[in-house]
Amino acid sequence: MTTFTGSSGDLSRPKLEYGLATRGLSLWYDQFKALDDVTISVKTGLITSLIGPSGCGKTTLLRCFNRINERYGNVTVKGEVTVMGKNIYDPDVSLIELRKTVGMVFQRPNPLPISVYENVVFGLRLHSESSALKRSLLDAAVEKALTEVGLWNDLKDHLDRKATTLQLEQQQKLCVARLLPLKPEIILLDEPCSALDVNGTRAIEELMFSLKGRYTMLIVTHNMAQARRVGDECIFMLLGRVIEHGRTEDIFLNPRDPRTAEYIEGRYG
Amino acid sequence: MSASPFTVTPLVRRNMRRELVARIVLGAMVAAMVLPLLAIIAYLVAKGAPLISFKFLTTNPTHGMREGGIWSALLGTIYLVVIALAVSAPIGVLCAVYLNEYAKDNWLTRMINLAVVNLAGVPSIVHALFGLGAFVLFAGIGRSILAASLTLAIMTLPVIIASTKEALAAVPMSFREACWNVGASRWQTIWSIVLPNSLSGILTGVILQVSRTAGETAPIMFTGAVFFKKIQPGTLFAYSLTDQCMALSMHLYTVTTQVTNAPEPLPYAIALVLLGAVLAVNAASIVVRSLLRSRKKW
Repeated sequence: MTTFTGSSGDLSRPKLEYGLATRGLSLWYDQFKALDDVTISVKTGLITSLIGPSGCGKTTLLRCFNRINERYGNVTVKGEVTVMGKNIYDPDVSLIELRKTVGMVFQRPNPLPISVYENVVFGLRLHSESSALKRSLLDAAVEKALTEVGLWNDLKDHLDRKATTLQLEQQQKLCVARLLPLKPEIILLDEPCSALDVNGTRAIEELMFSLKGRYTMLIVTHNMAQARRVGDECIFMLLGRVIEHGRTEDIFLNPRDPRTAEYIEGRYG
Repeated sequence: MSASPFTVTPLVRRNMRRELVARIVLGAMVAAMVLPLLAIIAYLVAKGAPLISFKFLTTNPTHGMREGGIWSALLGTIYLVVIALAVSAPIGVLCAVYLNEYAKDNWLTRMINLAVVNLAGVPSIVHALFGLGAFVLFAGIGRSILAASLTLAIMTLPVIIASTKEALAAVPMSFREACWNVGASRWQTIWSIVLPNSLSGILTGVILQVSRTAGETAPIMFTGAVFFKKIQPGTLFAYSLTDQCMALSMHLYTVTTQVTNAPEPLPYAIALVLLGAVLAVNAASIVVRSLLRSRKKW
């Protein structure tokens, strides 16, 4: 089994140091400038957390990496966004392929109102000819994905249960599981724990640890303690700009910028 | 004796009086709506029911519409409703899908939405004149079932668009986001998630238009309905698309205003059949809807 080596077992591709990067990225919603000259590089295989006060552009930045921003109204983008070394605003980039590679998990768990099984294979069904989808292949994909997120033991006998009836924590794990059969390289998480209680939060954080190394994860969080627990690196944003980016312990123990220090100490939020 | 902490204060008493007044007024409003409705139905049943029989439904009117049944009118109404909705439902639903799922929010879309809302409020006689000009005269279809159905279709179209848009908008955005993020195209999103989850609402909107289509007289008066026409009984294919036809709503109007010495129960019986047909369709729609609803939980 090569499952646990390299990102989704694809060893032929040379591993890039930075899975995600932006250069001089600015973004406007109509006239409002939400991102201002953002240049960051996110290391492959690590968990990087995005922190900052509400409205600082964390979620906007996150949504740039799968270009889902464009579905939310009139958006103008300047600058470069690279995913796996490829500028995703190049004309030859297919949004469909991009979004298979870059999965996203939302604030509120958003399982589709179909069975657990169908949720997991939803992506496969979208991207394959139905004749290529043998039952055995789908079954294997479901077992693999649910095992990876730690739901298999709980749900293996309830695969036909409607996903919207699961507990929130299970729903959120299922939302991660739904991405995995498409063999993503990157998982974006937009405050994935804010709808969950303490146990749910811990479960999702443990899931993130278990996925570390295989996927590059970028997580937006409001929870300082969470950023500290899960993040290998940390990016602090303020008013659409990146103020500081570094190893999490450096940001939290020795912030270089006084604004970072103030935010971390809880002077504003 | 110490005062109980829960005794009624004057303020509470006033609130209770207001509560009582509100309850009575609101209840009276409901009664004001329900009682006339029940009265109408009871009156119709009492007056019209004796005439209704299988024979009444399946024979043509005779003796200057004073005797016989309503077969040609009943079948005409069925033709008009079925054809009108067969045209307007697919166009309306797909149009609403475009407006709700594809169209960007710009001034053109807003104009179109405004136009749809306004069209829904246009009086049916205006649609009738449009139908007469566009289908009967300009397109040269002539006064026929086809022209009348198309006119009815145009009339119901904006309402179907509006109700379908409501139904689509009621599907949570998070379902769409979930689809986009596994790389679903817009159409895949619509087909696999949005439509299945809005179907009950869409159907409700469409089926409600059945009653409107069946009940309207004005749009068909100029475009295809006639006072009297004899058709072959016993077959559902007695009309062809280019025929003119009778219709229940029109027949009711004719019998009440144009035919002297019509038997008194006749108009009531016609109205009862029309009402019964509409109720039957609505009841069916409620059953279908509750079946679809029971599958959807979120």
